[in-house]
Amino acid sequence: MRKYIVRRLLLAIPTILGAITAVWFAMQLAPGDPALMFVPPDFQGEEAAEYLAKVNELYGFNDPLPQQYLRYMRNTLSGDFGNSLRTLRPVSEDLLRRIPNSLRLGVSAFLLSTAMGIALGVLAAIKRGTWVDSALMVFALVGVSMPNFWFAYVVILFFGLYLRVLPPSGLGGVKHMILPTIVLGYTSAGYLTRYVRSSMLEVINHDYVRTARAKGVPERNVMIKHALRNGLLPVVNVLGINVAFILAGSVIIETVFAWPGVGLYLIDGVVGRDFPVVQGAVMLIATSVVLVNLLTDVMLVYVDPRIRYD
Amino acid sequence: MTLHQGVGDVAKLDSQEFRRLSGSKRAWLEFRRNRFALVGAAFMVFIAFMAVFAPIVSTHDPYAQSLRKRMKPPTAEHWLGTDEVGRDVYSRLVYGARISLFVGIVGTAAGVICGTIVGLISGFFGGWVDTLVMRVIDIMYSFPGIVLAILLISVLGPSIFNLILVLAIWAVPSLSRIVRGNVLSLKEQDYAEAARALGAGRVRIMFVHLLPNSLAPIIVYATLGVAGAILTTAALGFLGLGVQPPQAEWGNMLSNGRQYLRRAPLLMVFPGALISMTVISINLIGDALRDALDPYIQ
Repeated sequence: MRKYIVRRLLLAIPTILGAITAVWFAMQLAPGDPALMFVPPDFQGEEAAEYLAKVNELYGFNDPLPQQYLRYMRNTLSGDFGNSLRTLRPVSEDLLRRIPNSLRLGVSAFLLSTAMGIALGVLAAIKRGTWVDSALMVFALVGVSMPNFWFAYVVILFFGLYLRVLPPSGLGGVKHMILPTIVLGYTSAGYLTRYVRSSMLEVINHDYVRTARAKGVPERNVMIKHALRNGLLPVVNVLGINVAFILAGSVIIETVFAWPGVGLYLIDGVVGRDFPVVQGAVMLIATSVVLVNLLTDVMLVYVDPRIRYD
Repeated sequence: MTLHQGVGDVAKLDSQEFRRLSGSKRAWLEFRRNRFALVGAAFMVFIAFMAVFAPIVSTHDPYAQSLRKRMKPPTAEHWLGTDEVGRDVYSRLVYGARISLFVGIVGTAAGVICGTIVGLISGFFGGWVDTLVMRVIDIMYSFPGIVLAILLISVLGPSIFNLILVLAIWAVPSLSRIVRGNVLSLKEQDYAEAARALGAGRVRIMFVHLLPNSLAPIIVYATLGVAGAILTTAALGFLGLGVQPPQAEWGNMLSNGRQYLRRAPLLMVFPGALISMTVISINLIGDALRDALDPYIQ
């Protein structure tokens, strides 16, 4: 088992390096001169040409590509993502300041969607074929199908502008967190609900559940002790996917609610054509996804003894 | 009524008759049993009709502005009201359907074809090819959902072609993983072995024997992929990275509408509701296809 965990750890390293390399490759795809992406968009004419020469010197865009790549990797791995083109502040410092905000929103949305997904999925499986099941499945389907930014505006409109009970956007106390958490949590809970339901249904059809019923175990105990314990094992796997989902969703939700996290930073960077910012934020998100997947895989080994370690 | 309740005529078919039907007929009957999916399919036919016959179905020129009729509520003349420069919202939604469906379907189709070929090769050849492909796919998975699209569009610049390209790239990893998994089990089956014994080449085995037997999951994920692609298109349009205004697209209409959230909330409500209903319909169809095509999933 330890061997498996070590191997899994070692596998995460090339994936992270690969993701960082992919961002570099994406940069090379730029039509024309990639150095142009490092010139602030409000620079025009001669001023831009002058700046371009400086950029080329500073970032070494005139060097051979392999050399550029090595320098890029060295800088990135030492935590240097360059400076923002607009504020000239180091991107890594901006990111560090914004991570706690994103974590606050992300963790609460994760807790909400996990609790909702598991509870509703189990309920739908137990009530399979009834109107409760149908209603829950429709609820989940709407969650996965609605554009999250639209749902966000609908709740802002209703609770923030019409009822005026909650602040429509911005960073502040607990009240400011309620709307973004609900939007991010609900849109992520849909997948989880559907997954938990089918995973539970699979278990309910197993022989040992029938045996438990046959020997007279009360239905409540059959569900909790026999079905739930086994049905939720594969769910650990999906929790990793759920984190990726919330990370992707937070990019949009932070933008809608003006929540100063990593997601809003990314979109600000894209809109302001500030490539170092885009690059840094994307790399932070990609690295988090790889680490979370690593964590769930390792967790799964402890939770599910049936996992094969090969 | 539940999601899986049958419609009369299928229930009347006895099991023997049902078993004698061909696979696709059986799947069609199974699909028809699902009433929710039929509603979804009907709605998609309606949307497709709007998109194809947009010049006939629309009531106004979607780009004709009128300063005197700005942000008017729905009337008999303007069924869904007018936007901030007096353009007819209904006609813009109709023309927007063209873009959303076109980009979503073409992008997903391109991605599905590439993903299928990559999955076939990876699963069939195995060895270092497989390892390499799977590592690259792992890397692609580390850019969740819209993040990959945002990265690529911010480098390439927004255009319809780039949008299709990004949607195609986005569909590749999940498709190749599914096809690969299928091929891994299929290539050990007797008929693949028999084809090999008869001297069939690798390409023939892959495309004539393994591909048709992997079609069911490919169809299901392609359908669900279109739903995801439409959502991604709308999100990119919303962020200003997708289809650029003034061209009518659901996402950029919504993005426009949010500036007038207080004065004319309907400007934002209509496109969003239409996106939601479209995506729900496609997901219903996809779910029903999965139930109908896959005898193992309940």
